[in-house]
Amino acid sequence: GVSKVLLADNAVYANQLAENVAGLIADLGKGYSHILAAATTTGKNILPRVAALLDVSMVSDVIAVESANTFKRPIYAGNAIATVQSEEAIIVATVRTTAFDAVAAEGGAAAIEAVSEAKDAGVSKFVSEEIVKTERPELSGARIVVSGGRGVGSGENYHKVLDPLADKLGAAQGASRAAVDAGFVPNDMQVGQTGKIVAPDLYIAVGISGAIQHLAGMKDSKVIVAINKDEEAPINAVADYWLVGDLNEVVPELVSKL
Amino acid sequence: MKALVAVKRVVDANVKVRVKPDNSGVDLTNVKMSINPFCEIAVEEAVRLKEKGIVSEIVVVSVGAKEAQEQIRSSMALGADHGILVETADELGALEVAKILKGVVAQEQPQLILLGKQAIDDDSNQVGQMLAALLGSGQATFASEVKVEGEKVQVTREIDGGLQTIELNLPAIITTDLRLNEPRYAALPNIMKARKKPLDTKSPADYGVATGSKLKTLKVEAPAERQAGVQVKSVDELVDKLKNEAKVI
Repeated sequence: GVSKVLLADNAVYANQLAENVAGLIADLGKGYSHILAAATTTGKNILPRVAALLDVSMVSDVIAVESANTFKRPIYAGNAIATVQSEEAIIVATVRTTAFDAVAAEGGAAAIEAVSEAKDAGVSKFVSEEIVKTERPELSGARIVVSGGRGVGSGENYHKVLDPLADKLGAAQGASRAAVDAGFVPNDMQVGQTGKIVAPDLYIAVGISGAIQHLAGMKDSKVIVAINKDEEAPINAVADYWLVGDLNEVVPELVSKL
Repeated sequence: MKALVAVKRVVDANVKVRVKPDNSGVDLTNVKMSINPFCEIAVEEAVRLKEKGIVSEIVVVSVGAKEAQEQIRSSMALGADHGILVETADELGALEVAKILKGVVAQEQPQLILLGKQAIDDDSNQVGQMLAALLGSGQATFASEVKVEGEKVQVTREIDGGLQTIELNLPAIITTDLRLNEPRYAALPNIMKARKKPLDTKSPADYGVATGSKLKTLKVEAPAERQAGVQVKSVDELVDKLKNEAKVI
């Protein structure tokens, strides 16, 4: 579906510093009616800056397109869906990737044009990066996600109990905020309103009570399984199947029977 | 140096909101309101920088209804020195709020400007970035660590896949993520003292900003309900359901 690719290959855009990239997009964007990006940390960092440079309002986290200027987006941690209409001449928006299918990675024909402009805003500098290495599928795009919460008890136990299950299912691993705050796993594994939004075919929540903020990140999953020792856990209200039991016994049994 | 912190009054994070039957919005009557959790983290960070002797004065600003005074007072009870309420009964978009904040920055001349990464009501995650653009300043969004060193600030940011550290010239905009710090509770004597701290009331017009937004909310609906699930009694039953009923494994 892409008709043209503009390529700005310059050292000032390495590491995607918002100050430099937003300046470029705002300059190029003046000739377009819509400027979109995925609602990733990169998109969320850069696009509002682009919108302000163009002096237009912006729509965050679009989950449905009603018309060229009307969109649906979740508010209040996904507890309400707003339909918003933009009266701006240029529409700037980020898109929730789990709400749309990916286009085919082949069969397109687009010309590549080089963009020579390269301005360094001169106010920011990249220092370092620490990327968490994983062999597992990427969380936001995974077909199956296995997540652990406070109930797993420790980082050691998280891996002991959940790694075999994720391995068996070829699943990505996630976590609730409680598990991240307790240091069981790194921040970028957090699923929720303020972490990653996922919508896999199967989401298995282990030892997660199901706070509003966590549900916001996973309740659009096709099938949700909850494994929890608490019969009253709020997660059960959104689960398709829930099993009450000790995760240290239930999960290994599940692994052996898959 | 002076720090400016922007705070927002929002529905308390533990309240499950309900959509109004006429689909005009969510029902906020008699609902508990609080300071947005990310704004609270921003206030805490400013207070910690003051305790380290890096920041000398903290100004807290809120844009919104008269009642937002409460959130400014709570921020002052945590350690902010001075409050500014830009009072308006109109709903403002992120761009308009950013423009008002730009006016406040021009007046107060802070070196550090701290905001939350997003407000938990509209979930937009825009104001800090927009303000940085309007000021031509550097921005460090989703901050989990802040180190001021002379005329620069080093910020570690939470990004997809891990962490990134960048360095910005001052004045700079920082938006806070959950892991930046653990906000303290206000002690009773500090709550009493906060009542005597100066709080100015302004209007958007004082900063030459017209209210309203070019984003119109046409309707607000409840999300689709999930079908009620079932409790399974054994792992065998779960495996059977996943294989034969849901067909996901």
